[in-house]
Amino acid sequence: MLEKALKGSPRYWGTLIALGLVMALGLGFWLYQLTFGMKITGLNRDVSWGFYIAQFTYLVGVAASAVMLVLPYYFHHYKEFSKMIILGEFLAIAAVVMCLGFIVVDIGQPQRMLNVLLNATPHSVLFWDMVVLNGYLFLNIIVGWTSLQYFKNDMTPPKWVKILAIVSVIWAFSIHTVTAFLYAGLPGRHYFLTAIMAARFLASAFCSGPAILLLLVLCLRRLTGFDPGQKAINRLAVIITYAMCVNIFFFLLEVFTSFYSNMPGHIAPFKYLFTGIDGHDMMVPFMWTAVVLGLGCLLFLIPTPIRQNPTALTIGLIMLVIASWIDKGLGLLIGGFTPNPFETVTVYSPTVPEIMISLMVFALGGIVLTVLWKIAIEVRSEVEGGNLSMVPPPAAE
Amino acid sequence: MKSNRREFLKLAAVSAMGIGAARLGFLGDAPAFAESVPTAANFEEGLKAKHWGMAIFTAKMTPEMNAKCRKACHTEHNVPDIAGPKEIKWFWGANFEESFPTEHGHYLSEEIEHRQFPLLCNQCETPMCVKVCPTQATFQRPDGIVMMDFHRCIGCRYCMAGCPYGARSFNFQDPRPFIKSFNPLFPTRMRGVVEKCNFCAERLAIGKLPVCVEAAEGALVFGDLSDEQSDIRKALREHFAIRRKPDAGTSPSVYYIL
Ligand code: SF4
Ligand code: SF4
Repeated sequence: MLEKALKGSPRYWGTLIALGLVMALGLGFWLYQLTFGMKITGLNRDVSWGFYIAQFTYLVGVAASAVMLVLPYYFHHYKEFSKMIILGEFLAIAAVVMCLGFIVVDIGQPQRMLNVLLNATPHSVLFWDMVVLNGYLFLNIIVGWTSLQYFKNDMTPPKWVKILAIVSVIWAFSIHTVTAFLYAGLPGRHYFLTAIMAARFLASAFCSGPAILLLLVLCLRRLTGFDPGQKAINRLAVIITYAMCVNIFFFLLEVFTSFYSNMPGHIAPFKYLFTGIDGHDMMVPFMWTAVVLGLGCLLFLIPTPIRQNPTALTIGLIMLVIASWIDKGLGLLIGGFTPNPFETVTVYSPTVPEIMISLMVFALGGIVLTVLWKIAIEVRSEVEGGNLSMVPPPAAE
Repeated sequence: MKSNRREFLKLAAVSAMGIGAARLGFLGDAPAFAESVPTAANFEEGLKAKHWGMAIFTAKMTPEMNAKCRKACHTEHNVPDIAGPKEIKWFWGANFEESFPTEHGHYLSEEIEHRQFPLLCNQCETPMCVKVCPTQATFQRPDGIVMMDFHRCIGCRYCMAGCPYGARSFNFQDPRPFIKSFNPLFPTRMRGVVEKCNFCAERLAIGKLPVCVEAAEGALVFGDLSDEQSDIRKALREHFAIRRKPDAGTSPSVYYIL
């Protein structure tokens, strides 16, 4: 099926070339980092993880978006998702590729990466994170690719694919839990040190991941006419809405615990993020934007008539994605490391090279996603005689 | 097996240094260096303990004394002199609030408030940095010392996130140009690895005390915490001492006598 990626419209090639250029530009900055070291980042002695790891964390969430489709589809035989499921699995592949990319660019000695395998250390969560991420990548590649292949040949996928798909559902929970465990359990980092961290990761992943998927699918519908079915869209939007409510609820639990207990160490990161400490208030506008957008998106998403309006849905989803990105892609890491272990503030903000290198990784993900989705769409259009909006035939059991 | 490997590397390094030094001595251009190179005999008299620890008479650690110890440590270990938040620190000083942020000591006596407390890696009994390190580049020796294998570190900086005391530094750039006076007996580091105080394990091995302890003229007491007769235990028996952030659960081996 790979040959499907080699023929395409000028728009397809244009997208790939544009992403390739962004990647090349970022690559230049990465070579700069490889030559001069991580001094080109805004990281420092007290804030040892920053933008790269934050993006990694966020994208682990995106990788899980597939679960919200695969789970109803395989566990509850919700057939409406059959057209979108492959897109979800392919998005997961792109997201995990980006996750791994962000880890590679974050490491001071990338050529020693294999040390993690050569000296496997089961008491380090990072070791397990690597195991589950790579496992999830392979699961999605195998499940996604073979089911597409069988779909192309108009055959029912064999039983083992279904079993692997079910495994991948459970596995997706593990990538979140293990990634959350990277943070939760570090003494002295109060913003991370919370038993609800894994639950928060799941909630925020299950709203932001599918939201990105749905936005991309809506975009795809405009560009190619591929229609996943209105029922599927509505259903996914409901799932996103509930997950966002849970996400906000979990955040409020943290706020309660910190402020009611009145424990200084637990309050300090919230103070830094939402009011600033000693005049260091760089994060304040971001965090309040997240609050406004996070609550605001519910106005668009909760009332059913508004949610079912495509424009309102798009606006709501964009608000949700921005809010959750600020929360996890900026706030979580920065709040965790500030104030520092001396309870003073060392300011961290990403530098231009850091952002450019991040763009490189995002562009790489974009390329993977474009190619995979192109293949998926082509296959579907071939099977259904070029009619992309056709309602799928009921999948044979 | 692992410790065998490290033992072997240590011996190999020492003999390599010995040979190199002998040749240099023969050529006559570094006699001083040749003399100070430890021989196998020095290693016979290495200092041993069940659990190394340090007690600090904080009142004696004036800012000048702190600076002196810091200089001794940083010179001995080729710690680069880099300014700003990307600096490398093995031994440094801070005021009470920064050193003991969980104490929240209001109404401190003026003298304590202005005292400068020496800070270094606490050589914790249950170190978080060792627990999180994915490559065992950070490891704990049987005598309690938490060590770094610079050649195995991948620079993930997880240990920095794990250490509740901010005791670790990362080489954001090549440190070598920033080394002021180079000590040929200790390795320099490369860019992209983490480093920290190692309780002068390389000196203990040849029967010497840590350099900061030597420089401190009695203000720093070093010894075996599990030996009731040791100087350090005596100091702790007779004076009131606290440890940094006991609630972090890592059980530091560095004690501050107030
Ligand atoms: S002070 Fe930090 S770096 Fe040193 S042993 Fe304890 S946890 Fe590890
Ligand atoms: S930075 Fe090096 S020493 Fe620290 S956890 Fe990673 S591999 Fe271990």
